[in-house]
Amino acid sequence: MAPPSRFGDKAFEWLTLGMALVVILLVFLIGWQLARGSTLAIQKFGFRFLTTSTWDPVAEQFGALPFIYGTLVSSLIALLIAVPLSIATAVYLTELAPLWIRQPLVSLIEMLAAIPSVILGLWGIFVMIPWLRDYPFPLFKRLFGWTPFFTGPIYGTSMLAGGIIIAIMILPIITSVSREILRSVPNLQREAAYALGATRWEVTRIAVLSYARKGLFGAVILGLGRALGETMAVTMVIGNTPQIAASLFKPGYTLASVIANEFTEATTDIYLQALFEVGLVLFGVTILVNLLAQLLLKTITRTTTTRAVQ
Amino acid sequence: MTMLSKRRDQHLWRKIKSALVSGGTFVSALLVIAPLGLVFFHLLANGASSVNWDFFTQLPKPVGVVGGGMVNAIVGSLELLVLAAVIGIPVGVLGGVYLAEYGSARGNSMLRFIADVLNGVPSITWGVVVYGLVVLRFKGFSAYAGGLALGLIMIPLILRTTEEVILLVPNGYREAALALGIARWKTIVHVVMKTASKGIITGILLALARIGGETAPLLFTAFGNRFWNHDLSQPIAALPLQIFTYAISPYDDWHRQAWAGAVVLVIGIFCVNVLVRILTRERAPSTV
Repeated sequence: MAPPSRFGDKAFEWLTLGMALVVILLVFLIGWQLARGSTLAIQKFGFRFLTTSTWDPVAEQFGALPFIYGTLVSSLIALLIAVPLSIATAVYLTELAPLWIRQPLVSLIEMLAAIPSVILGLWGIFVMIPWLRDYPFPLFKRLFGWTPFFTGPIYGTSMLAGGIIIAIMILPIITSVSREILRSVPNLQREAAYALGATRWEVTRIAVLSYARKGLFGAVILGLGRALGETMAVTMVIGNTPQIAASLFKPGYTLASVIANEFTEATTDIYLQALFEVGLVLFGVTILVNLLAQLLLKTITRTTTTRAVQ
Repeated sequence: MTMLSKRRDQHLWRKIKSALVSGGTFVSALLVIAPLGLVFFHLLANGASSVNWDFFTQLPKPVGVVGGGMVNAIVGSLELLVLAAVIGIPVGVLGGVYLAEYGSARGNSMLRFIADVLNGVPSITWGVVVYGLVVLRFKGFSAYAGGLALGLIMIPLILRTTEEVILLVPNGYREAALALGIARWKTIVHVVMKTASKGIITGILLALARIGGETAPLLFTAFGNRFWNHDLSQPIAALPLQIFTYAISPYDDWHRQAWAGAVVLVIGIFCVNVLVRILTRERAPSTV
């Protein structure tokens, strides 16, 4: 019997290799398209694009500082809310919860992750914003009105509302990645702490959390990456006003939402170029944040693979 | 004596602290799933009554005319998903096969790393890229552009899930097939991929559910359309886009329709997720 032809094997290997290499191609494609689309704007505005805050399509002056500010502040608010809740939930799910409740809770969190951004935004506009405007916001104003962060009129659509909706969007990802990290902590760690007479919380704190610190940090950074790029839900509740204001009750604007709102309205070439440059800034920042997150997470999760044929 | 009671007090305090923290983490878990319950409740309260026969059979009505439906957006979304699948599935699945079956450990871990980073790229970025690549070049929004944007988002998602499930196939299967003198590629296609087919399909379904709700990449590629699309090189309606347009409009009747659209979209996505759960009873997939 003749040995099987080698040609089919080679062809199939090259075909799959080509498909795998598409991911590298895609990274370059994004970078190249965004850079090409914003060449004129980069030449015209230079570094000023990142440091000035005039966004005036009529006068053709473009500075992206209000969007950078809005993206950073809304993401920071989101992290402040989401990180403690997510990590506490991950701890509950891996260390403290009764076994029968764990899988149903994980499924519910996966369902939350599956809700599209635009639907959360719809809920934000018609349910969350009116509620925030009537109850929590006036309370914050009464309690913390002496700080610059909670002053001025309350409209509802605001930087704070944007941060809250982003927090809801990144809760599931930080929770599920943190849970994976905590599950990868060897049981020997826990057993050693229990043997010393530690309580459940002491075991978690001493043996689990300190062991998983780096990985948890990775989970947070991954959440930050998602927060920075979150588009639809934020666009629907943040107010879309390019300004830099200390008060979180004032409307803001983010890099992603200015693209979503103004891209189809860009009537002049330089306007479109400026929006491409906003996209380039967003891509640059999220790629760096995601690189950092993956590096932090890579050290924890096991990557060893075994194969029959090498 | 006093020392002993002091120690006992300390022990009691440690136990109380442990219980308090446990309670705190439990409350956190409730807070994390609270938005899910709230969104569901309001979706049903505001949207369920508007999901009727008209919604699935009528085109959108002009401003001021009450009624109408979103049939064109529902069909448009399905068309976009098919276009995306044509691009995303072959590239993602075959790329995943490569990572699991061929290549060097080092090169593959780099490819895996890049795929993970790509998964973190904001979806609106893909819209901008496809705008530059297709819309500017062919001078117009089109269903093709929207499908391409969604298809590119699918690639790294499917690639990673395919790789994971193929690695779960026991080596004995490969060895048995190779020992029979079957060519390597036939072994992979007919034995390995066939064994892993349930898992591969699961990954594809999850990716479809994910992109089915995407709005940002469609804003300036598929663009939306108030009428039927008869030509894929023309703008096309999509359910998430229609929900967005109606949600930010000033008309009450459009708000009502946006809620109805949201109910339909969420039910569609959740049906896929339930299907996936049935397919993978033995091993729950993680959504990262």
